[in-house]
Amino acid sequence: MRSGRFGIDDSPVFVIDQSRCIGCEACVQACAECGTHRGQSLIHLERVDRAATTQTAPMVCMHCEDPTCAQVCPADAIKQTEEGIVQSALKPRCIGCSNCVLACPFGVPKYVADFDQMMKCDMCTDRTSEGLTPMCASVCPSEALWYGTIEEFRDTRSGSLFRDFLFGRQQVRTKVYTVIDDALAGRIDVLAGVTTTWLDDPFGLETEATP
Amino acid sequence: MARPPITDDELIARYGPHLNEAPPGGWNAGLTIDKVVNTHCCFCGQQCGIKLKVHDNAVVGFEPWYEFPFNEGKLCPKGVKRYLQGGHPDRLLHPMERDATAPGGFREVTWDQALDRVVAEIRRIQAEHGDDAFAMLSGVSLTNEKSYLVGKFARLALHTANLDYNGRYCMVSAGTANKKALGVDRAPNPWSDIPIADVVWVAGSNVAETFPITTSYIWRARDRGAKLIVQDPRVVPLARTADLFLPVRPGTDSALFGAVLHVLIERDWLDHEFIDAHTVNFDDAAAAVAEMTPAWAAGITGVPVARIEEAAELWGTSATGMMLHARGIEQHTKGVDNVLAAINLGLATGKFGKPGCGVSTITGQGNGQGGREHGHKCDQLPGNRDITNPEHRAAVAKVWNCDEADIPGKGLPAQELIEAIHDGTIKGLLSICFNPLVSAPDSNFTREALDKLEFYAVIDFFLSESAHHADVVLPGSLHEEDEGTSTSGEGRIIKINAAVTPPGEARLDWEILLDIAQRLGKSEYFPYTNTEQIFDELCRASTGGTADYTGATWQRIKDEMGLFWPIPETGHPGTPRLHEGGQFHFPDGRARFHAVPYKLSAEVVDDEYPVLLTTGRVVSQYLSGTQTRRIAALVAQYPEPLCEMHPRLADSVGVADGDLVSVTSRRGTITLPAHVVNTIRPDTVFIPYHWPGDKAANQLTNRAVDPLSKMPEFKVAAVRVERAGGHANTTDTRDMALHEDQR
Repeated sequence: MRSGRFGIDDSPVFVIDQSRCIGCEACVQACAECGTHRGQSLIHLERVDRAATTQTAPMVCMHCEDPTCAQVCPADAIKQTEEGIVQSALKPRCIGCSNCVLACPFGVPKYVADFDQMMKCDMCTDRTSEGLTPMCASVCPSEALWYGTIEEFRDTRSGSLFRDFLFGRQQVRTKVYTVIDDALAGRIDVLAGVTTTWLDDPFGLETEATP
Repeated sequence: MARPPITDDELIARYGPHLNEAPPGGWNAGLTIDKVVNTHCCFCGQQCGIKLKVHDNAVVGFEPWYEFPFNEGKLCPKGVKRYLQGGHPDRLLHPMERDATAPGGFREVTWDQALDRVVAEIRRIQAEHGDDAFAMLSGVSLTNEKSYLVGKFARLALHTANLDYNGRYCMVSAGTANKKALGVDRAPNPWSDIPIADVVWVAGSNVAETFPITTSYIWRARDRGAKLIVQDPRVVPLARTADLFLPVRPGTDSALFGAVLHVLIERDWLDHEFIDAHTVNFDDAAAAVAEMTPAWAAGITGVPVARIEEAAELWGTSATGMMLHARGIEQHTKGVDNVLAAINLGLATGKFGKPGCGVSTITGQGNGQGGREHGHKCDQLPGNRDITNPEHRAAVAKVWNCDEADIPGKGLPAQELIEAIHDGTIKGLLSICFNPLVSAPDSNFTREALDKLEFYAVIDFFLSESAHHADVVLPGSLHEEDEGTSTSGEGRIIKINAAVTPPGEARLDWEILLDIAQRLGKSEYFPYTNTEQIFDELCRASTGGTADYTGATWQRIKDEMGLFWPIPETGHPGTPRLHEGGQFHFPDGRARFHAVPYKLSAEVVDDEYPVLLTTGRVVSQYLSGTQTRRIAALVAQYPEPLCEMHPRLADSVGVADGDLVSVTSRRGTITLPAHVVNTIRPDTVFIPYHWPGDKAANQLTNRAVDPLSKMPEFKVAAVRVERAGGHANTTDTRDMALHEDQR
């Protein structure tokens, strides 16, 4: 168990390493079990292109420092906590317009029709505020979703932490980190992960001579 | 004739599988938690630690158990949702007898009526046809205590030789090979050796879906710079980022291993000192691979020559290395050969008994390791002893306080036992936690066999598809309802703690067995009032065996978060890593190389059946699905079997993704949607096996078994794939939003 509040000084940070995802959905199942989520899973897990690859991509809310979802909300319903956690829309204020759903550069907020409310990952505030790891990062069996201090990450894991994104002319800094091979390598495809030589032709059908 | 009393559809309507969607009271119940119980997941041999939350004698949720060292809170989706098997509407609550006139095909009876009937049938069948005509089939979802008890019960109460278990379909090829080569049937390493290996070679194990937690161990090795080799007919999720992928054709693993040994010898990437000091028979093994060049193996296996050479170089030149193998190389008629060939690679390079070194099976079933050590394997007695060895029999007879002659001899292994039922030699069966109608090969044959039983009694908590055939159903207990221990895939004995008591008239499994023994007049052998007494006797019975639990106690297991056997004396710290100092479990202390000539699978492709079928699991389901097909969120994740095939094969069949195909072997046909993906060999189709009836992959599989381990060939069958007409959606259309009516 790790203590400390999310994002404060040397307290833990949330890290996503998409290349490690095995698509098992433990995160999806566990998200629904978080005390305040009550059966509603708020994490995204996308199959990138199953015909071509087993690559899957888990996506929690990136918790932007200046969140686009809140900027575009006409009802001023999306608030950040002191710790920088961007919350689901306030139920009394949310008008269900889905501006946030369309505007989020990461595709995170969901409009949940049954509650007529935008709901999204809240970084398990009930857990992190008590020093507990969020549910998804607690259970993730491949540590694609990870929660710990930056120092701990650098001591134990490979790859560089990254949290400055450019979407067209919009610069976005997030509280959640992703992992890339080399932070100095210029433009990065965050889904590319570890590069391999055999992956273009796994069965040796084209490029390698098979008898 | 043990035929189902009513149609399958009628039985399913009454007994499920129905889907449990939410915890007791719904998601908004806001229940107070009476207690939180530290225990373990019941699904798979990783045995992850988990905390179960209890309200009013019902398990209502879970919390990660961060302090348990093996998984530190991590779980797969089965573990997350495991708690929903409790409080399930399908739970068997009363003893029942088959009655086609009763609603649902079974009528409730009292425990006395049910047990009297069971005992009367045992006596009748054994009087008419001999003791061995009544058989028992057991399961390794049972604790060590129950496994030990089943072994003793079958031998001393039923007095039958014919006891075997469902691990026959899981780990037996690895166990047999480990005994032959290393002298002991246990994974040689604690999992903490994986992160310190310089090369990790995963051979025939889709760890991402079947042992997800192991993925984190492999990544920790990679974070240190270790290389990853994956050997599989499919680009499984772990393979996607591997340094080297060996796309082996199903049934050719020993040719690949042979070629790697050939290269190791040719390039002298051998540990001569280790071979000389700690092994025998290297020359035999070397002679057997003399002609197994990479070019030859490439033709057999479909793995390009350069990749075979690269695998040999990575394995042969790394100071440390771990090979992890599972059912992919083991479920073959040459499963033992495949594992022996893998072990040869470890011995040749000195990769045993050192940190970060080992060739290890990954045990599949929950208590696959402990269960087979102590009881219900047809050829073994407690402590991994040999039931045909007079000294071993005498040692156990002393603890059992019986005559050595009272212990029956070696019985039939599970598959041969089912064949003996089919041919009428075995007339009666008692099974516990075993669903052969889904898990055994050639399910049409298995169904015929069950139909032929004169009497069939089942102890289980849900009415499995096999239990549809039962004459008497005895409602037993779930994992979270009983105290005991299990032994995980790394040889760590762990404590299973009861969270709740069985509902209705359901009873603890061991109490049911004790009652049957008492009615058979054998209660003198079963004087237990709790399962800790059974454990203490198990430990005594294991003394001097290879799986020696002498120094284990429930208290130590709890306090020390598990103990690794052997623990040969009181106070012994346990043995996380086997074979240290190159010591193997033979009188001369030396490991055995084995010559492994390449053999064909029992079935090979031909013009009529030109495609290879291989079967396996998906992450959201466990084994025959008796438990996991009843949990809504897991079913939603992968609802029904799909036939994975490469676009090239799909083109030749004339289908696109989602089009229905019929897949036909010499034993049966299954019709299911094609899942067209680039991640499988073009000559191979993959179908997961968790479903019954016309969705059962085992309709197609082959009953041929390994001559030594008696493991059936689940991983290779020759099939024909044809367009069936019709279409189904294979993409994920789940609406993840929770609706008001589901709260």
